[in-house]
Amino acid sequence: MRAKGLPLHLHAAPFLQQATTTPRVMLDVVYALVPVILASLWWFGLSALLVLLASSAGAVLTEWLFSPPHRRGASLRDGSAILTGLLVGLTLPPGMPLWMASVGGVASIGLGKLVWGGLGNNLFNPALVGRAFLQAAFPSAITTWTPCCGDFFSLPPGTLAFPFMHAGIDAVTSATPLGLMKFQQQATPYRDLLIGNVAGSLGETSGMMILLGGVYLVLRRSIDWRIPAAIVLSAALVSGVLFLLNATRFPDPAFMILSGSLLFGAIYMATDPVTSPLTPRGTWIFGVGIGVLVVLIRLFGGLPEGVMYAILLMNAATPLIARYSQPRVFGHG
Amino acid sequence: MNALTARPHSFRHGIHPQEHKQQTVHLPTQRMPFVSQYILPLNQHAGKAARSLVKSGERVQRGQLLAKPDGFISTALHSPVTGRVTAIAPRRHPDGRLTTAIEIEADPYATQRYAAQSMIDWRTLSRQEFVEHVQQAGLVGMGGAAFPSHVKYAFPDDRCVKHLVINGAECEPYLTCDHRLMLERPAAVLQGIEILRQQLGAERASIGVEMNKPDAIRALRDLIRPDQPIAVVPLQVKYPQGAEKILIQAMFGVEVPAGKLPIDLGMVVNNVATVAALADYFGTGMPLIERTVTVAGPGVVRPANLQVPIGTPVRDVLAWCGGLTADTKAVIMGGPMMGTPLVSLDVPILKGSTGILAFSEAEMELPTEYTCIHCGRCIEACPMSLNPSRLGRLAKVRRHQDMEKYHVMDCMECGSCTFACPSGIPIVQLVRMAKAAMRKERST
Repeated sequence: MRAKGLPLHLHAAPFLQQATTTPRVMLDVVYALVPVILASLWWFGLSALLVLLASSAGAVLTEWLFSPPHRRGASLRDGSAILTGLLVGLTLPPGMPLWMASVGGVASIGLGKLVWGGLGNNLFNPALVGRAFLQAAFPSAITTWTPCCGDFFSLPPGTLAFPFMHAGIDAVTSATPLGLMKFQQQATPYRDLLIGNVAGSLGETSGMMILLGGVYLVLRRSIDWRIPAAIVLSAALVSGVLFLLNATRFPDPAFMILSGSLLFGAIYMATDPVTSPLTPRGTWIFGVGIGVLVVLIRLFGGLPEGVMYAILLMNAATPLIARYSQPRVFGHG
Repeated sequence: MNALTARPHSFRHGIHPQEHKQQTVHLPTQRMPFVSQYILPLNQHAGKAARSLVKSGERVQRGQLLAKPDGFISTALHSPVTGRVTAIAPRRHPDGRLTTAIEIEADPYATQRYAAQSMIDWRTLSRQEFVEHVQQAGLVGMGGAAFPSHVKYAFPDDRCVKHLVINGAECEPYLTCDHRLMLERPAAVLQGIEILRQQLGAERASIGVEMNKPDAIRALRDLIRPDQPIAVVPLQVKYPQGAEKILIQAMFGVEVPAGKLPIDLGMVVNNVATVAALADYFGTGMPLIERTVTVAGPGVVRPANLQVPIGTPVRDVLAWCGGLTADTKAVIMGGPMMGTPLVSLDVPILKGSTGILAFSEAEMELPTEYTCIHCGRCIEACPMSLNPSRLGRLAKVRRHQDMEKYHVMDCMECGSCTFACPSGIPIVQLVRMAKAAMRKERST
């Protein structure tokens, strides 16, 4: 025992800490994306990999360049930049020109996160801000859907397009299940929606793989299960009622949930803790809002897909929801 | 009914820290030998400090009254040894401050046996007399808070106690002294409960024990006579189950309203160690001059459960346990969730000291702090259903009035939020500082 020296390490209780850290939470989401990424490689080949690399590089580079110097290391280590980059990439079509994908990464971190003051301060989901930026800037490229299941190494003509030059518009295109439904009243078999051999954004086509990642995240308690549950249930309920009213005009609830990016958005986007309410009651309100908005936009709006706008709109409502959904404090009636 | 098959009771939220109890749970309570010097701060209970009755140089007997209560929310202090008062002077208190203490040098030739006085017939005492006796015995809540016990028993006559609640949860990791007490002296616990139940006129008594102590549950149940209205309630293992209001919610599913006390629901909550000390006092006349302390943590060479005279310096306690390992970085008094880090080893064991824990660098390392990502883990941890994330943010920018709107004053500083935060934000520490600043603002 020390003769005279004092054990001088002092800080106030508690002295115990659970093991999960914020970088670990971020890493968990990256792990949960692995099956989704593998599915995108399987169905869309090399171009998927290149798009993901381009968007992640844009995101990480922006984070590094524009973080305040004293926070630079920490903000890269928390793992949120690479995650945002991957998420943006997974919302893009496989034939997206690579330079546009990296612009998406730059916009997501720059406009989605850093201008707000960095991780934890942003109001909108950064990845979706990046995608919304691309949607506004390059509306035709982001809706040019390359068909799936081609040769692994064959790249769509637009992929390597030079920045601001004309992208090959004569690409072979195809329609997404939602586009087919909206404009041609043509349904896609559920089996294809589950395994993912349909046209669409990189990460959204394989329902099965998305659910696999979701189960992992819920088991690891890295996401709040209430949000995807609320989105799926409310979307099913609203579209179910409409389907019962007019089965020829409206698609059935199962199609509504499995098609497009509803599952991907519900599990990986809406659950971003920073931009969703953190009280249990608030998460239900938030999820139901997204589910209802998705169905309304898809069925009554001009676009075939509405997940991105539904989530962004509910992001905007999050502070308000948080204010009115504070938990009831112990001992207060 | 087997303790392990009964449906366990519990409360909302809370956390599951690693228990770390295996280090000492199997170690029977040992009596630590007497050392040469004892330090007895006059303010080792909540409320007003006691007033010294002795002078420097005076000879004192073990169990002799050293200081009398100063007012009602104050209690007596007795000598833990036969010896000589060497000083009444400022000494380091475990909380870090210098406070007046009576220093006693033990007589090396005294036998230090407590001369048992005649039993006090508690059945003949009125409640008023009973309360005075408890105050004269210097009894305090021994689960850590050290609130003078007699105050709890002196409720106004228009109130009545229906239910006596006994706290055997011992939810703090590492600590096993209450567990050992229930196992080794269940009769004393039950005797204390019986005295208290009859004196307070309670119809029933329930002992809440977490299910990680099945042997203690069995030991108590085996001794309860069928005619005694005493029940042992197994509780799910969860922190902070031993907090008074949380224990009541866990056992009976009711919430003590904010600003009210358990007595407003007809309940009085006491720790198992407190009722055992009560039984000792009425059985032998011995006031509160010793207690059981768990000495544990990776920095202790020979962990132990020790019965030590109150006032024993921590340095001597650790020396008796083989000293500290070389990599020890901190010594903590109390449990790891709510305990106090010691600035010096020359501070005494107090009436409310449940444990002495020694930690190395690895346990004491502060986590890297990231920004709050609003994950909600603190909300799911907070037993009071507060919004710690919000409170922490407001505390950082000193928005104290807004903190009050978010009920910061209901926070009992259990530390569950800091434990749960993946971003390593010291939430409870921020809240604690804000509350101190708010008290200061109010007093000026």
